[in-house]
Amino acid sequence: MFTSPHITRATSVRALMVKVLVALVPGIAAYVWFFGAGILVSIAIASAAALAGEAAMLRARAKPLGLFLGDGSALVTAWLLALSFPPLAPWWLVAAASLFAIVVVKHLYGGLGQNPFNPAMAAFCAMIVAFPALMSQWPAPGLPFDVQLGLILGTSRPPDAVTAATALDALRTGLREAGAKGSVPAVLASGPAFGAFGGHGWEWVSAGYALGGLWLLQQRVFTWHVPVAFLAAFALIATGFHLADPVRHASALFHLASGATMLAAFFITTDPVTGSTTARGKLILGAAVALIAYLIRAFGAYPDGIAFAVLLMDMWVPLIDRTTRPPVFGHTRK
Amino acid sequence: MTAYLFILLGTVFVNNVVLVRILGLCPFMGVSRKLETAFGMGAATTFVLTLGSGTSYLIERFLLAPFDLAYLRTIAFILVIAGIVQLTELAIRKGSPVLHQTLGIYLPLITTNCAVLGVPLLNVSQRHDLLESLLFGFGSAIGFSLVLVLFGAMRERLEGADVPVPFRGNAIALITTGLMSLAFMGFAGLDRVR
Repeated sequence: MFTSPHITRATSVRALMVKVLVALVPGIAAYVWFFGAGILVSIAIASAAALAGEAAMLRARAKPLGLFLGDGSALVTAWLLALSFPPLAPWWLVAAASLFAIVVVKHLYGGLGQNPFNPAMAAFCAMIVAFPALMSQWPAPGLPFDVQLGLILGTSRPPDAVTAATALDALRTGLREAGAKGSVPAVLASGPAFGAFGGHGWEWVSAGYALGGLWLLQQRVFTWHVPVAFLAAFALIATGFHLADPVRHASALFHLASGATMLAAFFITTDPVTGSTTARGKLILGAAVALIAYLIRAFGAYPDGIAFAVLLMDMWVPLIDRTTRPPVFGHTRK
Repeated sequence: MTAYLFILLGTVFVNNVVLVRILGLCPFMGVSRKLETAFGMGAATTFVLTLGSGTSYLIERFLLAPFDLAYLRTIAFILVIAGIVQLTELAIRKGSPVLHQTLGIYLPLITTNCAVLGVPLLNVSQRHDLLESLLFGFGSAIGFSLVLVLFGAMRERLEGADVPVPFRGNAIALITTGLMSLAFMGFAGLDRVR
């Protein structure tokens, strides 16, 4: 095996997961800077619930507790889940979502490496379908920490002033309220939710995710196929719609800098477990997630379509893998 | 023209007959263990469902409605569907004995696939004309076949997964169906122009 003098270093699941967690830090830092420390509480709750769920399931299934609990995969799921949820969501919502992700979506399928659906995204979909109002409690920038904590712990009720719509939400309702006269430039100019090119503050959080994601790419945690296909397709589709009807559709830059686009591009669609394993499959997967996500964003009933798009394409992965499998060396394609 | 396109989109994705209307779960669970049978079942059901929708429309329009026999609707539709299924079975037995063998009991059981009866009944209640009925039936069948094939590929992968013992087999298949259904909720609202 080691005939040549190569320096090898075993990659463990743990090392991989720790890298992913580290790569999330710039995004989280920007998040805290613009929207306060509420997100850290949210992450802590999600992590605690995920670890508890993981431990309980490992125990029930008589698996080695230390090995699997220490691999960090439950933590990655918890962090991604907390980051995609609104940070002001009550604690029980985040905890229930984490438990659902770990117990039902991950462990009922056999645990790490065997779940066909992305646990964090499945939990997000379940909660936005079940609790649409709670899932739209996004913080207004500059909200004091004690107010955020009160909302998370459920000790105070949200006055309207403290929550704000995300850029995608604001654009959607702005267009709907203005009816036939509504136009994207007018809505973008009016609201406090918008920044220079995306949602106010969110554009920097997105930039932080992108920075972490590029570092992961440089570290070869994942290959370039999925993020490039996803981002290129998203930009292309958004530009197409924008050029065809600039009054009703925002620019590609706005879409790339808003919502969960960057988080999805580098941390969610690149999931090694639920994603495709072939190079062509990855390209198809990334582009298809972008297409569905854009259509749901622009025409569907939910503010951000990324979670649903990821879940829908997870369904396709076994079939895509089967049809894009490269021929075995020496055999021709039949 | 767009109206027809939206009927197709609506039946395949938004109101998918299996995952959103929760009809036809029996063959969905029964023949999805292997990808090949899923393809065959999808094709057979598409044929039956499209033809059944058209014929049911004609019967409703020219027989049941003029003579005020709406109370015979269910039984008349079942009769028509059973006839078409027999026709399909004959054709498959002649054309592809292997497929006939693998589909086994599920082929005559298309008769009792509630989606095949449900879609013509939905056609009546939504007052579709002939072309709309045919499209509605065809779209529903394509939606059924699509998720059947996807589910078939997923189940082949699940075979290798270390699923906890109490959840093996139909339990995990039903949980998977639930998660697929959850994913399809994302299409809500996409069949209307805003």
